[in-house]
Amino acid sequence: MAKEFKTIKTEIRLPYELAYGATWTKFFEGMENEIIYGTKCSKCGRVLVPARSFCPRCFVNTDEWVETAQEGTLTAWSYVNYSYFGQPIKPPFIGALIRLDETDVDFLHLIGGFDLSDFDLVRKTVKNGMRVKAVWSDERKGHVLDIKYFEPA
Amino acid sequence: MPGKVAIVAVAQNAGAESKDNFYDQAYVVTKEVLDKVGLTREDLGTIVSASSDIYHGGISCANSYYWETTGAFLKNASRQDGESLFAFFYGVMRILTGHYDTALIISLCKGSENPENDACTLMYTDPFYTRGIGLQETMAAAFQMRLYMERYGISEEQCAKVAVKNLQNALGNPYAHKKGRYTIDDILNSERIIDPLTAMQVAPKSEGIVAVLLASEEKARELTDKPVWFKGYGSSLDSFYLGDRDLLDGQLKNAAERAYKMAGISNPRKEIDLAEITEPYAFQELLWCEDLGFCDTGKGGEFIDSGVTQKDGDLPVNPSGGVLANNPYVSRGLQRIVEATLQLRGEAGERQVNKEVKTALAHGTHGFAGQCHAVAIIGS
Repeated sequence: MAKEFKTIKTEIRLPYELAYGATWTKFFEGMENEIIYGTKCSKCGRVLVPARSFCPRCFVNTDEWVETAQEGTLTAWSYVNYSYFGQPIKPPFIGALIRLDETDVDFLHLIGGFDLSDFDLVRKTVKNGMRVKAVWSDERKGHVLDIKYFEPA
Repeated sequence: MPGKVAIVAVAQNAGAESKDNFYDQAYVVTKEVLDKVGLTREDLGTIVSASSDIYHGGISCANSYYWETTGAFLKNASRQDGESLFAFFYGVMRILTGHYDTALIISLCKGSENPENDACTLMYTDPFYTRGIGLQETMAAAFQMRLYMERYGISEEQCAKVAVKNLQNALGNPYAHKKGRYTIDDILNSERIIDPLTAMQVAPKSEGIVAVLLASEEKARELTDKPVWFKGYGSSLDSFYLGDRDLLDGQLKNAAERAYKMAGISNPRKEIDLAEITEPYAFQELLWCEDLGFCDTGKGGEFIDSGVTQKDGDLPVNPSGGVLANNPYVSRGLQRIVEATLQLRGEAGERQVNKEVKTALAHGTHGFAGQCHAVAIIGS
């Protein structure tokens, strides 16, 4: 019979300090002021949101800041109903991709503003293609969750 | 191509949780693959390992710790973080330099020891824009699955069929972690953890130390009667932010096209006899079959319904049980090479397909919703 060996439990915690740099700093200053900033590619003209310093496709600088719409269309979503280590939001929650009006990529955020405990109700309420709008937190601190979530518009 | 490169031996360990020590396990698999062809550590030319510190952070900086377990003591060797099929291609290239006649490719992942895969893949996000939302690979896959079903009318039942097929195929695979006879209802009625995905449509986290020994043509003829030849390889990486991408128009088409071009394949559906592909989420097998050119865009559901991809079908896909049955995250791409090699050599035991296999495809993917893809073609 195989011998059962012992295990050791360990956890790694390491502190890092990561620089925002100019583009990320401006984006999050915008969030504190209820502004969503995108940047426009000087070559393909796409508005990228959240803001980027360069266009990953054209590989040229983005040269124009754009205050994007705070409403848009839901393009992808998932109802998260389980826990994983490091999860920043207590389940259930809805992760989503949102195409803000007049932008050219999808913005990753949350859908909320209604009872999420009943999944059948969620499935009736949330549909790709639905209109959504940003709901801001009263206490904003330059974080992606300064927008609490996007709610059905 | 300037010369030929052969796979001369393969070895792997079982995917289920074991309480064996990682360092020992890596040594055992390395030893096994060398012993199969009677090669000594001293004779081994070069080594490329694949692992990922996100998965191994709890034990050490991965390659500094396990270095000597792979026979790399004092060798010209290096390590690839992430997709192990990349490491395979680096090994092929080293042989093609003409400076090495053998190369060991070894991928290491002991899933039983790392946190759940979603905790690891959460660390793939950036801490500014995406980690605060809790994005990880399974959430990205759930986005992709819903889009896939909506855009092409693929049904949940068709997605679940992949899990039914692969978990049943795994019954013939002694290395597989998950296996069994299940119905479509079993799959769909498993816990709805992240809609539209249910728990049984998500791959487990498994153990997998997987080794492939490569050799130059001349050396291969000396080491084995059954060389399996490298024919082609391609990879492609998409942009980082999920929102920048069309989740149903990803990079696998590019990766496959590059591999087919190198291998001289013009009609993959006819010229490829068997495919081992990386489908950590059931529906992805259907989507990847489309992207590999096995069926038309949007027809992945009809493709599985036709039975072609069954173990006894005309183009078996994942006769090993695939990644739904065994998911050593980093090693899963290289494990596809191992499984395809066993099929080409007629050494796949109970999971050996009935048809003759002359050309096989191995596929690996890493990152959210297939951010990166790699495809290798090998043949007898």
